[in-house]
Amino acid sequence: MLKKIFDTLRPTFTEGKLSAFRSVFDGFETFALVPNTTSKSGVSIHDSIDSKRIMSMVVIALMPALLVGMYNIGYQNALAAGALATTSCWSMFLFGLAVMLPKIIVSYLVGLGIEFVVAQWKHEEIQEGYLVTGMLIPMIVPVGTPLWMLAVAVAFSVIFAKEIFGGTGMNIFNPALIARAFLFFAYPTTMSGDAVWVAKDQFLGLGHQLPDTFTCATPLGEAGAGMEITTDMASMFTGLMPGSIGETSVIAIAVGAFILLWAGIASWRTMVSVFVGGALMAMLFNSTGCASNPAVAQIPWFEHLMLGGFCFGAVFMATDPVTSCRTEKGKYIYGFLIGVLAIAIRVLNPGYPEGMMLAILFMNMFAPLIDYFYVSNNINRRAKRAKQQ
Amino acid sequence: MSLFNSKNKEALNNPLWKDNPVVIQVLGICSALAVTSQLEPAIVMGLSVTAITAFSNVIISLLRKTIPSRIRIIVQLVVVATLVTIVSQILKAFAYDVSVQLSVYVGLIITNCILMGRLEAFAMMNGPWESFLDGIGNGLGYAWILVVVAFFRELLGNGTLLGFQVIPDCAYEAGYMNNGMMTMPAMALIIVGCVIWAHRGISKDE
Repeated sequence: MLKKIFDTLRPTFTEGKLSAFRSVFDGFETFALVPNTTSKSGVSIHDSIDSKRIMSMVVIALMPALLVGMYNIGYQNALAAGALATTSCWSMFLFGLAVMLPKIIVSYLVGLGIEFVVAQWKHEEIQEGYLVTGMLIPMIVPVGTPLWMLAVAVAFSVIFAKEIFGGTGMNIFNPALIARAFLFFAYPTTMSGDAVWVAKDQFLGLGHQLPDTFTCATPLGEAGAGMEITTDMASMFTGLMPGSIGETSVIAIAVGAFILLWAGIASWRTMVSVFVGGALMAMLFNSTGCASNPAVAQIPWFEHLMLGGFCFGAVFMATDPVTSCRTEKGKYIYGFLIGVLAIAIRVLNPGYPEGMMLAILFMNMFAPLIDYFYVSNNINRRAKRAKQQ
Repeated sequence: MSLFNSKNKEALNNPLWKDNPVVIQVLGICSALAVTSQLEPAIVMGLSVTAITAFSNVIISLLRKTIPSRIRIIVQLVVVATLVTIVSQILKAFAYDVSVQLSVYVGLIITNCILMGRLEAFAMMNGPWESFLDGIGNGLGYAWILVVVAFFRELLGNGTLLGFQVIPDCAYEAGYMNNGMMTMPAMALIIVGCVIWAHRGISKDE
């Protein structure tokens, strides 16, 4: 049925008066259907999994974290209003949905709008990379981020982190993290601190109105301020704690990780080595302590891995096939250093309660270098072996 | 010989657009990032560089036949350093606040690549009048880029222009916030990049 619609529409776009919009048409067609083009020369084998199918898989893997995140928005709101007992599960979830939907819509509208314009301008196909980025960006910001800020950050990251490098597949840095980094440095008051983690306004009659002055710190924020962490292990695991929308629930992220690994999209090497690196570094700080920031240094290593964006970053950000290492052995080093740096930034710099974003961006920059050394090392070894024979 | 024949006009006009020292030759970027968080210091910096480039060009051009070529760089440095010191003293005397804001960057004009480049490439081979025009042109070519960058950085970073609030209070009440990243040098680099982008988009010479 879909195919029929596209077939009847095609002539209007390829030759007819709407030919100016053919890349838009092409984008929708290949999004809905597997393209029926085959390679024109030589022998090559394709399976039907192209990058659009991969992207859809990642979006599916993000769903558990997103749904728990929505529920958590409502939960935190009810908790803060002291109405936990009287608010039903469904109204908490619907409130979260109502808060979250505008963010997702804004993110997709702005990002895809820019992608469409650029594709039309350069006479290229529309690139599908934004499908995942557009879902990631609303999930890694605090719930209190205004929509216009989100739009500015999306525009910035799509233009400056992606399009000027040549679009999907050419970018050095993860565009979703660039959007977050932009917000973090440009509008620090809405990206960290105590006032942004709980939705405060009623939305379509759902949720509870909270006073503007209400504050609620994230566990890492509490530790950074030298206080005891008030969140227990169970809430860390299920995700019922204040934090950026998608990052709180370990169990939902684990489901997403299984989907990614089962589909063969994300690299288990990167994921495992991020956790190993983070755990080792946290153990090191546990045993040595840190004079400038003792409370964060003393967080047990398993809690370090469950708090903040560590899991989310390890599963969905570090494994991004475009910006991580391409060589299989390089992925171990790449992931390990992300884990180490994330914990090191958390502990050593009290100004940044969360180090995962900066650690991944930093290692994105070094991924090509790691690849280069592995490849040249391999070449040398083989050359040596050839000489010996 | 007229004062503004076509060759002299070229010396004055080329650096403003076609052969701009910042966006084409990518010189003087360091100070372009450092002093452009506010409009006022950027304007003062642009004028200082214009004056110093023009007069050091004239002086070197007058001396060009007597300078031994093996020690020409040190002679050029002495001339530039003298002029920079004069400008720095004038700023301290008449515009103290701005000179505090500019801090070391006035002194660092000595190391500005635009200056040494013009002395080496132009003043050593041309007469004083042409050199003067070339210095003015390059200085202004540098200055207008600085002003453009500073305009956007001050407007978006602080909501002010030349210290006066431009963005109305009602925008802030509606939820608008100043972009803190605009006040950091990283954003200046991106704005310079955008200026270069626009420049290449408009002029199709390359």
